[in-house]
Amino acid sequence: MKLKIRKNLALIDQHDKNFMYGGKFGGNFIPETLKKPIDDLTKLFAKLRKDKKFLKERDHYFKTYVGAPTPFIKLDNLTDHLGGAQIYAKVVSEANGGAHKIYNATVHCLIAKKAGKRFIVGDTGAGYAGKMLSMAAKKFGLKCKIFMGAKDIKRQRPNVEAIKKNGAEIVPVTTGSQTLVDAVSECMRYWVSNCDTTHMCVGSTVGPNIFIKICAWSTAQISRELIKQINDEFGKIPSKLKLINCVGGGSSAAGFWNEFMNTDAEFIGVEAGGPKNSKLHAAPLTNGSKIGILHGAAQYVIQDKEGQIGSTESISAGLDYPGISPLHCFLKDAKRARYTSANDEEALSAYKLVSGLENISPSLEPSHAFAEAIKLAPKLDSSEVIIVNSCGDSIKDKDIIKQKLGSYKR
Amino acid sequence: MKSKIALAFQNCKKEKRPALITYTVAGDNTKNNSLKILNEISKHADILELGFPHNTPIADGGQIQGSSHRALKNGIKLKDVFQIVKKFKKNNPDKPIILMGYFNLIYQKGENNFLKSCKLSGVDGLIIVDLPYPENKNFAKKCKKKSISFIQLLSPTTSRERMKKIVNDSHDMIYYISMLSTTGGRLKVSPKKILQNYNTIKRINPKKNLVIGFGITEKTISSLKSANGLVVGSMLCKIITKSLKMRQNPVTKLAKVVYNLRNKIL
Repeated sequence: MKLKIRKNLALIDQHDKNFMYGGKFGGNFIPETLKKPIDDLTKLFAKLRKDKKFLKERDHYFKTYVGAPTPFIKLDNLTDHLGGAQIYAKVVSEANGGAHKIYNATVHCLIAKKAGKRFIVGDTGAGYAGKMLSMAAKKFGLKCKIFMGAKDIKRQRPNVEAIKKNGAEIVPVTTGSQTLVDAVSECMRYWVSNCDTTHMCVGSTVGPNIFIKICAWSTAQISRELIKQINDEFGKIPSKLKLINCVGGGSSAAGFWNEFMNTDAEFIGVEAGGPKNSKLHAAPLTNGSKIGILHGAAQYVIQDKEGQIGSTESISAGLDYPGISPLHCFLKDAKRARYTSANDEEALSAYKLVSGLENISPSLEPSHAFAEAIKLAPKLDSSEVIIVNSCGDSIKDKDIIKQKLGSYKR
Repeated sequence: MKSKIALAFQNCKKEKRPALITYTVAGDNTKNNSLKILNEISKHADILELGFPHNTPIADGGQIQGSSHRALKNGIKLKDVFQIVKKFKKNNPDKPIILMGYFNLIYQKGENNFLKSCKLSGVDGLIIVDLPYPENKNFAKKCKKKSISFIQLLSPTTSRERMKKIVNDSHDMIYYISMLSTTGGRLKVSPKKILQNYNTIKRINPKKNLVIGFGITEKTISSLKSANGLVVGSMLCKIITKSLKMRQNPVTKLAKVVYNLRNKIL
């Protein structure tokens, strides 16, 4: 059955009274102890998002602290090189800290302050969510703890150093696969024990419903800026427009697409296909994973027949997650967005091509989106427009890139 | 007809002591051993909780995670869990057994199929960690129809109003989480404070059997013995971990510990 998106209702509000999107994605599958803190946060956020003073505060920090708007540029060399559709990039990696994670982190810190909490905790995979939360926590005077898988601590060293420099404590997670999925679990477990004094920030549009809402509401800034920038560039929204974004948890894609929901723009989400010769991947939507419950929400998730969460593999720590936001499950089943995947090798060569031809340096996450743009562009007419969300900076990946490509230049 | 869980509480009340409720993980450290453990500790425990392990638990502390990990590494599947219950029940038909775990495993098997397997193997009750009230209403109803107790949880963060509703809709047993913690945390609230909260809940409906869990060990158990029941879990998992490390037999070790626990609440 095709799910329906209701017009004139924000994507994050399309759930039923049980907080389920399309009757089957999301919800709050949480321990009793978290019921009240989540309920309190839900009420507080409902109030704040209608509060003009709070919105002004948010806009103020987005402008002066995050750096809004981030650039919207045409990639002339890449367009010429591929010879097809016009390719543009929304360079979100120019935001303070180098990725879109700053929006969610800033909003969570503002909320934590309103809730009177002095401590804030968060999970991180690629390290950007952790880096930004530690930055924002420092700015707003909150004590911060970041949960990060031991494997990710090794492969995303520059962000680990940044987190420490911001004065936050990094808690290495050594359970399970030692990646993002375990970091989120451990962070939630910590919150169960400390929810009376501590605010939790989930780093993407995953987890219990309120965290999905706050995150997508925060990253929506990306498309609010973009829709203006597109109108300035083209005078209107181009009739044949593709918005391509990588998806791991799905926070940047949700924000990149939000304001275009009721336009004809085509949404393409690119999951992490993992290494070319491996059976493992992090692409539940592309590979037809079944609905299951992960981190408090029903979603398409990589799992075995019994319901044990499956292993994933990706060169990109930020996409290396077995689940996917319930919002994207909903968009997929409503046929509003389509999802595909790029493998590690494709992402790497996309990185190489884009950073070689253009003055931008996308991290391995958006390199997955660029890989899809590179596949599509030559097949399209020059009247068509592709915009890629370049949502993270490659500096965090310098070790991996050096190892795989021989050198890393900036 | 009274359920086996209700009868167990009734017996304990007659003996003027709380029910001793143990928690171990099915398949820890092997399928055989976990069955042997149930057989041994059932001599001293009144109700047995048996965990069906999940690899992405959001409310378990290190000890239970360790036990679950061992069990999953041994390849434990739901059908083995039911097999263990069935074999146990063959020799101990009157001893109540409660399965505890996360909802995704039930979701994948299908609620009705899961309950059917529960019924066939002799499961008396269910605790589902991540299916809170009121989202659990439908499933709890299905359980009741099959005469399986759905055990509701209450925590220190549960509001008064919510407590009333949950107690009202509860079956043979209610589980009070003693403190804000994952399983196996150190008891960070005084027993006096815990019993105060416990009594508040009891006053809502004195007839309901209310048990306390989280942070209960040999050291803390006697201070809470005025409750209807006390759950010891992580401490038992820790003993298994320890005895494996020291190459001792976890079965005999655990039997001894549960015997001691029982003596502390007489």
